[in-house]
Amino acid sequence: MSAPNKSYDPVEVEALKPEEIERMRDEALAAFAAAGDLEALHEAKIAHTGPTSPLSLANREIGALPPQAKAEAGKRVGMARGAVSKALAVRQTELEAERDARVLVEEAVDVTLPYDRVPAGARHPLTTLSERIEDVFVAMGYEVAEGPEVEAEWFNFDALNIAKDHPARAMQDTLFVQAPDKRAESEVVLRTHTSPVQVRTMLDREPPIYVICPGRVYRMDELDATHTPVFTQVELLAIDEGLTMADLKGTIEHMVGALFGEGLTTRLRPNYFPFTEPSAELDMQCYVCRGASAGDPERPCRTCSSEGWIELGGCGMVNPRVLIAAGIDPEKYSGFAFGFGIERLLMFRHNVEDMRDMVEGDVRFTRPFGMEI
Amino acid sequence: MRAPLSWLREYVDLPAGETGRDVQAKLIAAGLEVERVEQLGGGLKGPLVVGKVLTIEELEGFRKPIRFCTVDVGTANGTGEPQEIVCGARNFSVGDKVVVVLPGAVLPGDFAIAARKTYGKVSHGMICSGEELGMGDDGTHGIIVLPQEYEPGTDAIELLQLVDEVLDIAVTPDRGYCLSMRGIAREAAIAYGLPLRDPALLDVPAPNAQGYPVQIGDPAGCSRFTARTVTGIDTEARSPIWLQRRLQKAGMRPVSLTVDITNYVMLELGQPLHAYDRSRLDGPIGVRRAEPGEKLTTLDGTTRVLDAEDLVITDNRGPIGLAGVMGGADTEIADHGAAQGSTEVVVEAAHFDPVPIARSARRHKLTSEASKRFERGVDPQAASAAAQRTVDLLVLLAGGTAEAGVTEISAPGAPHTLTIRADHPDRVAGVAYGRETVVRRLQEVGCDVYGQDELIVTVPSWRPDLTDPNDLAEEVIRLEGYENLPATLPQPPAGRGLTVRQRLHRRVGRALAGAGYVEALNYPFFGEQALDHLGLEADDPRRSVVRLANPLSDTEPALRTTMLPGLFAALRRNHGRGEHDLALFETGLVFLPTGKETTPARLPIDRRPTDEEIASLNAALPRQPRRAAVVLAGAREQAGWWGKGRPADWADAVEAGRTVAREAGAELIVRQDQAAPFHPGRCAALFVRVDGQEVRVGGAGELHPRVVKAFGLPERTCAMEIELDLLERAGTVVEAPHVSSFPVATQDVALVVDSSVAAADVEAALRAGAGELLESLRLFDVFTGEQLGEGKKSLAYALRFRAADRTLTADEASAARDAAVAAAVERTGAVLRGA
Repeated sequence: MSAPNKSYDPVEVEALKPEEIERMRDEALAAFAAAGDLEALHEAKIAHTGPTSPLSLANREIGALPPQAKAEAGKRVGMARGAVSKALAVRQTELEAERDARVLVEEAVDVTLPYDRVPAGARHPLTTLSERIEDVFVAMGYEVAEGPEVEAEWFNFDALNIAKDHPARAMQDTLFVQAPDKRAESEVVLRTHTSPVQVRTMLDREPPIYVICPGRVYRMDELDATHTPVFTQVELLAIDEGLTMADLKGTIEHMVGALFGEGLTTRLRPNYFPFTEPSAELDMQCYVCRGASAGDPERPCRTCSSEGWIELGGCGMVNPRVLIAAGIDPEKYSGFAFGFGIERLLMFRHNVEDMRDMVEGDVRFTRPFGMEI
Repeated sequence: MRAPLSWLREYVDLPAGETGRDVQAKLIAAGLEVERVEQLGGGLKGPLVVGKVLTIEELEGFRKPIRFCTVDVGTANGTGEPQEIVCGARNFSVGDKVVVVLPGAVLPGDFAIAARKTYGKVSHGMICSGEELGMGDDGTHGIIVLPQEYEPGTDAIELLQLVDEVLDIAVTPDRGYCLSMRGIAREAAIAYGLPLRDPALLDVPAPNAQGYPVQIGDPAGCSRFTARTVTGIDTEARSPIWLQRRLQKAGMRPVSLTVDITNYVMLELGQPLHAYDRSRLDGPIGVRRAEPGEKLTTLDGTTRVLDAEDLVITDNRGPIGLAGVMGGADTEIADHGAAQGSTEVVVEAAHFDPVPIARSARRHKLTSEASKRFERGVDPQAASAAAQRTVDLLVLLAGGTAEAGVTEISAPGAPHTLTIRADHPDRVAGVAYGRETVVRRLQEVGCDVYGQDELIVTVPSWRPDLTDPNDLAEEVIRLEGYENLPATLPQPPAGRGLTVRQRLHRRVGRALAGAGYVEALNYPFFGEQALDHLGLEADDPRRSVVRLANPLSDTEPALRTTMLPGLFAALRRNHGRGEHDLALFETGLVFLPTGKETTPARLPIDRRPTDEEIASLNAALPRQPRRAAVVLAGAREQAGWWGKGRPADWADAVEAGRTVAREAGAELIVRQDQAAPFHPGRCAALFVRVDGQEVRVGGAGELHPRVVKAFGLPERTCAMEIELDLLERAGTVVEAPHVSSFPVATQDVALVVDSSVAAADVEAALRAGAGELLESLRLFDVFTGEQLGEGKKSLAYALRFRAADRTLTADEASAARDAAVAAAVERTGAVLRGA
């Protein structure tokens, strides 16, 4: 900085001497640097930039100078004030950042603390597995059909070609509803399968019919690890012109792929059901060992008991007699149906070891299954 | 049906190296459910030989009698010296031929035989029982005593045919013919493409008038009856080893020669047979329906009161057998070897209608090998061959003489013929088999086939199940192999997705689970006790139940009219297992008698029922609406590092109702109520508006302390039950609200009312009075205290006012508030607090 031009200005103001201005500036800068927190900085700010600060007072003195000295003094003071306010801003930012960092550290919590204020609920896996299967078929264009659980024998048996003397109609297999007159036969049962829903659907709708019928069914059985008298079935019915067993097989393979992953083969084995003809037992390749455990004692498979195959359920082409009873012309239409028990499916899909777990409502069993399966 | 592979090979020349599992795979593919292949004599290793008992020394001083024997085993022991063996059995004497296992041998079950010290002697081997050799339990637990003809040292493994494989086949109801070796052999022959040696192809003498007299009183029930007589039967004769072994392998116990022969022929040909002791028959054999109240003591020793529908075999004294099910004790063949052994036998081979046999078997809870076969259909043409085979074996093995008399009564019946299009199997399968294949396959199963495009098919006598075109299609398709069917995917027409009801069901489940409830699926059965425990009045409609004629449990004979008892049981079970903070839900049907149930008419199945007929079927059923229910106990909110917990209470139960209603798009109206099973002061009735009418849809609250106690529930258990099908009808389509961007004006009011005034009524009054400027209203505090006075409560509401088109002035908002308060004052007697 150049020396003051004493010869130029007869009126000397002490406060405006260049060295004084420099001192004021340096004191301000030093005070800012020394401020350890925002409060100290605030005090330093008032002391060095406030209306009574030396620089502000000096600024006021400028007006008293003769005109020729004003410009130089003004410039000097202005530069000093600019440097001070810049330093203040820098220090302000620094201290704010320090404060923020400190406060956020102080506010830190243990985010691993558990939070089970309202423990999660869950839907029963039998419900969600049924829905999962429904959704596979609904996506293909099928609709879901429902019907009563207390059902007329005609729907549950007769219309399905299960004659009066069929063993399934015996008291040891079927739960019968008591007639109001206790000695009479009520002709009403707890449905033993969801097939009566198929009959009702055929009576209600014109072909083509593509429906899936999930629901609870009842059979005389003891509850044990692998049986329950009240269980869940999903049945499928398709009635259209020209449907074949090849269509049945393709539909089953699609479902197995959707539920267990692509590339699993299925197997039909001839069997007998009154309501389908031809009829078949339906197996899928074990999705765990993919058949490798069969005949290989080195690789036992728990899921399929080392059979290589898992029995899924029964299927077949709808017996034309059933079509006739439901008012559908068997000359024009054919159909296929299949059905299986969801309990068993759940057992081997999720390694449930005891069917009683599905019946007892123990929350420890159901909770892990959550909302979807 | 258990089919020994060695026996099967008698009728089909299966490839020599073919194992049981190979045959199993072939038969499964052809549609026989071969459940497993039993390996007989697996791990069995000799020496196992015939021995002759030389000496017996009774050892004394042990807890049971023990014998020390010397046995001649020929040269099987390498020395030719008598073998010293200790034996605990007593059913043999010196000179008897027995089966001896020598040291070094291994018996089934990895039972290695070595010389060992026992009862103070060294036993060099063992004298064997049938059980020890894996021959099955013969009921005596004694050792095997062989006929004298076998030489000591003869290999007993081969003699007793101990090594074999047995196919265990679950025969489906349509395949009655596979309840015989003949039928299984036929399937095996087709599966392997080999010829069948049909054991039923026998020369049979023509019937004549000299046979035992038979009178058929019910030709519909008994279409065929063959009677043959064999005399001079040697009562000392026993079933040869091969015969016994085949019976054992097939799962039957040898009894006596005559009975064994009839069982053997039944297993071979599938024709049930019965042998009568001729000396115990009184007059002609008859077949008729029983007179009501007639009695018969069957072979199992049970005296049965007969039904007029039972088909019976009679002689002059009355019923001597339940036809096709079981013979009577009076004419039973006496044991061979007994002093009064039967020497003259009348053999019956008859054909009975499946229906009365099935009914009798069920009625008398008596399933026999015979009834199993008749129920599924027996080849009527095999009857005389079966009688002949029985006679032949009685002559051959029992030294009997066949009498020349042959009785044979048969109702004329034409073979069943049907017509199918030659491409029918193709159309069912979705495969082009072609006519030639179709004809060949049908011929293989025994059909006669004529025609070109239309095939006239006469089905064989042993296949009464082949009645419809699709039955024939199945035969072709299964023999061509289900595994060879292609897979195609049909294209359904576009669907409409789930119905409103189905979507509601899912949403309710998700919403309740989202609110912390866990779904439990309970059996829908309950009993009188649950109704009492619920504290229901005698005339409560929930006491009107659908009852089961044959319930699983006598204490729960009815179907639920409320979901709660099932949930209570699940709650209690969880509680007992140490889970105390519980929230459970269930959705499912309840069963509500209409009181007008009728017994439906038996409808035919050869046509569609009329709409009236369908209506009559539905009229027989109870109403079965779907409900949702919850039950909760313990803490609704857990205590934790965040602060205190909160016990589940009545408000949670009511809120569960609101949660469900919200999913249905219905507004739930809650009213104070007093109804079982709830605490009279903490009970809500739940309503919705359906078509302008308020309809009760359920209830919620804290359970009555007596109910809690009766069901053994945790204290203060709460519950809610609501009918989804009614909610569905109350659902409305949401109309989008107009969202105003003008500022809100908030006004709080505190109203003092009598304690008995329902908050819902105050709120309704405020809403009605506030008019359309009211955007929302919220009760934020309820206060009771001395300064209010006895029996009073203060309700504090926050009212938010907003206009769609302008900023409200303070005067406008105050005027709306004053109008709201005025309405509450007028309708509920409220006093503005601080006014």
